[in-house]
Amino acid sequence: MVKLVQTEEEAMLQDAGRALLEKSAPVSRLRELRDQGQTHDDALWQEMVAAGWAGILVPEAAGGADMGHAAAHVLAREMGRNLTVSPFLSTAVIAATVLRRCDDPRSQLALGEIASGARTYALALDEKAKFDPEHIELKAEKRGNGYVLNGEKRFVVGGSNASHVLVLARGEDGLCLFDLPADRGGLSRTSSEMIDSRDAAELVFENVELSGDEILGMAGSGGSLLQFGLEAGQAALAAETEGLAQAAFEMTTGYLKERKQFGVPIASFQALQHRAAHLWCEIELTASAILHAGRMLDSDPQNATLAVSLAKARATDTAQLAVREGVQMHGGIGMTDAYDMGFYMKRARVAAEWLGDYGYHADRVARLRGF
Amino acid sequence: MTTESGTEFADAPDFRKKIRVWLEENCPAEMRDGAGGEAEICWGGRNWTFACEGQKLWLERCATVGLTVPTWPKAYGGAGLSREQDKILKEEMAALNARSPLDSFGIWMLGPALLKFGTEEQKQKFLPPIARGEIRWCQGYSEPGAGSDLAGVQSRAEDKGDHWLVNGQKIWTSYADKADWIFALLRTDKDAPKHKGISFVLMDMKSDGITTRPIRLISGASPFCETFFDDVKVPKEQVVGEVNRGWDVAKYLLTHEREMISAGGQTMGAGRPLGAVLAESETGASDPVLRADAMRTEVDALAMELTLERYKDQAEGGQGVGDASAMLKYAGTELNKRRLELVMAAGGSDALVWGDGRAASWLRTKANSIEGGTSEVMLSIISRRILGLGA
Ligand SMILES: Cc1cc2nc3c(=O)[nH]c(=O)nc-3n(C[C@H](O)[C@H](O)[C@H](O)COP(=O)(O)OP(=O)(O)OC[C@H]3O[C@@H](n4cnc5c(N)ncnc54)[C@H](O)[C@@H]3O)c2cc1C
Repeated sequence: MVKLVQTEEEAMLQDAGRALLEKSAPVSRLRELRDQGQTHDDALWQEMVAAGWAGILVPEAAGGADMGHAAAHVLAREMGRNLTVSPFLSTAVIAATVLRRCDDPRSQLALGEIASGARTYALALDEKAKFDPEHIELKAEKRGNGYVLNGEKRFVVGGSNASHVLVLARGEDGLCLFDLPADRGGLSRTSSEMIDSRDAAELVFENVELSGDEILGMAGSGGSLLQFGLEAGQAALAAETEGLAQAAFEMTTGYLKERKQFGVPIASFQALQHRAAHLWCEIELTASAILHAGRMLDSDPQNATLAVSLAKARATDTAQLAVREGVQMHGGIGMTDAYDMGFYMKRARVAAEWLGDYGYHADRVARLRGF
Repeated sequence: MTTESGTEFADAPDFRKKIRVWLEENCPAEMRDGAGGEAEICWGGRNWTFACEGQKLWLERCATVGLTVPTWPKAYGGAGLSREQDKILKEEMAALNARSPLDSFGIWMLGPALLKFGTEEQKQKFLPPIARGEIRWCQGYSEPGAGSDLAGVQSRAEDKGDHWLVNGQKIWTSYADKADWIFALLRTDKDAPKHKGISFVLMDMKSDGITTRPIRLISGASPFCETFFDDVKVPKEQVVGEVNRGWDVAKYLLTHEREMISAGGQTMGAGRPLGAVLAESETGASDPVLRADAMRTEVDALAMELTLERYKDQAEGGQGVGDASAMLKYAGTELNKRRLELVMAAGGSDALVWGDGRAASWLRTKANSIEGGTSEVMLSIISRRILGLGA
């Protein structure tokens, strides 16, 4: 039976991850990008690629490191701590998970290009303001050997920068998942200015023509194929969110020790001590859920749904608490743009919504638990 | 119409009818779209530019009959209405969906303090211009080292015989860059125990030696500032209340500020009932978890509204609600934060975009439980002063 403790290998990965991100992608880097109006940092992504992160879920045969989901979570958590902007989740986690389930030459090629940094992906799924992968209306019409896509996607995270897009569409036989280059004729992308200073695009498909081998898996199987990618993404996002909560928590306790009011450090007030202690308890519980989700995805991916939804629901809730308490316990300074806590609050809000919010995942937990 | 005197309202036998007719005849069409967001507020002041002719007319007409500050005495620009009449006025304004003609720190905070602690001269000099929206005020309480420990202020005013000489720094001064005057807490006796050596001082922001610098908030807006005093000369008569007893004035003013923030808590940012917001969202109403959360918040919001009503009824006579304002401030602002969390959740990814408005309001509400005294400080006031727990 797998154990819920970090392996030595994971601990080493964590150290390496922390070192790289503290140097190349601290929160100040996000601020810089925000101030320059940029949502992507290609130099950083290439550095991550060189460190083998892009290929963390890519089989060795295709040039990856194939370290598994729990390892991917270690990196995602470090990115959460630093609010690092990168296509890691969409590309190295979601796309790689889907593609390795498609046993064909073109998916092998795609996986190789993910590992080498030649491709990045965005997932074009949402059509409504709330996550709802069951209700897809974007139309895929069969034409000759290929398809024609028409419709719209919203909240496509990283959509403006990615070289490729995974699109879930509705065909005659049911849901189909397509893999196409983002510069395909008829596909237009509009970026929105998101509160977390990252990119999320609106994609409009107008008679976008696809060849027959741009469909992944079989017609009608897109939903179940994507399911693996979604769960991998949800769990990794939960891990990122846990890292975010942990960092916000550390900033807060650091401030409590430093800030003086009434002639004493505010950390001496029990009203704050107990809440900090409570928050720490919440983070501990969430950490277990994340570790468990990683282990399940690696050992029994067919049955990981409950573990993943538990992790996403917990992480969402814990992070919201951590940033709320973070701002509140900082007082006025927590409300200023010059201080980093606001960045954590905004990212926590976006991460809460992406790939299903607390309600979506708590509801799934309820159903899987039989009520 | 606008020449009519406020006297007639206060003494009118059929008050409701009279006020209704007046509102219908005088409220410009543009002002009948309810309380909008921050952008719709009329703050007044020396440099105010009206958003439209209707906003200007509405302010002038209301000011003429005392309806910008309905419960203030007529002598100082009010309409002398009783609390009962004021309630009717609010109801009739709501029925017409009329905007507030004027909002200001002068009305919410300084006015009540001047009415209680000001000399007759100070009242004559400052209250009518506040009622007419001619002076915009800001509040200079907080300092870098004096937040929750407000009595720790270090900015000082030295007695120079014929004037005060003021030096120091304030922080989080909302709208200092737009205000005409500031009311500030300054140390006038550095040797006295900290609550006993503070005075409440009024200063013209145009005085030599006052500068301000805006601070950007997490919501993207920059409504507040750092304010610096560098050898500012202040006339002697601009101290309110006794010298070194400014803490009493400050505390009294804070109870009004807290009531205002908690009442604002009902509408700020998104003035619509949560149920309606949810019903309009794409999937919000069908999400059982979100619906349950919203339901609980709606129930609490209704109870909060009634409590505000009840406390105001109890406090009839204009004395404020005293320490219980800490309860209103705490409950109102925490509730408002929950409300905006739910507005965000109902909005889904649409609400995560700048420019949508919801995100900025959501982020702004995070300050409600900090400004005017934090939730922690409110809970301490409740436990010590009302419940008699602890020292
Ligand atoms: C948007 C905004 C507008 C504002 N506008 C104005 C304005 O116009 N004029 C003005 O003068 N000020 C203004 N303020 C300042 C506001 O009043 C202060 O921020 C507030 O009093 C808290 O002080 P602080 O920021 O120094 O926090 P601190 O006092 O440093 O508090 C930090 C944390 O410690 C907690 N804490 C402190 N002491 C205790 C204790 N004894 N027990 C338990 N917990 C404690 C606090 O509750 C808080 O969570 C504004 C603030 C904001 C955010």
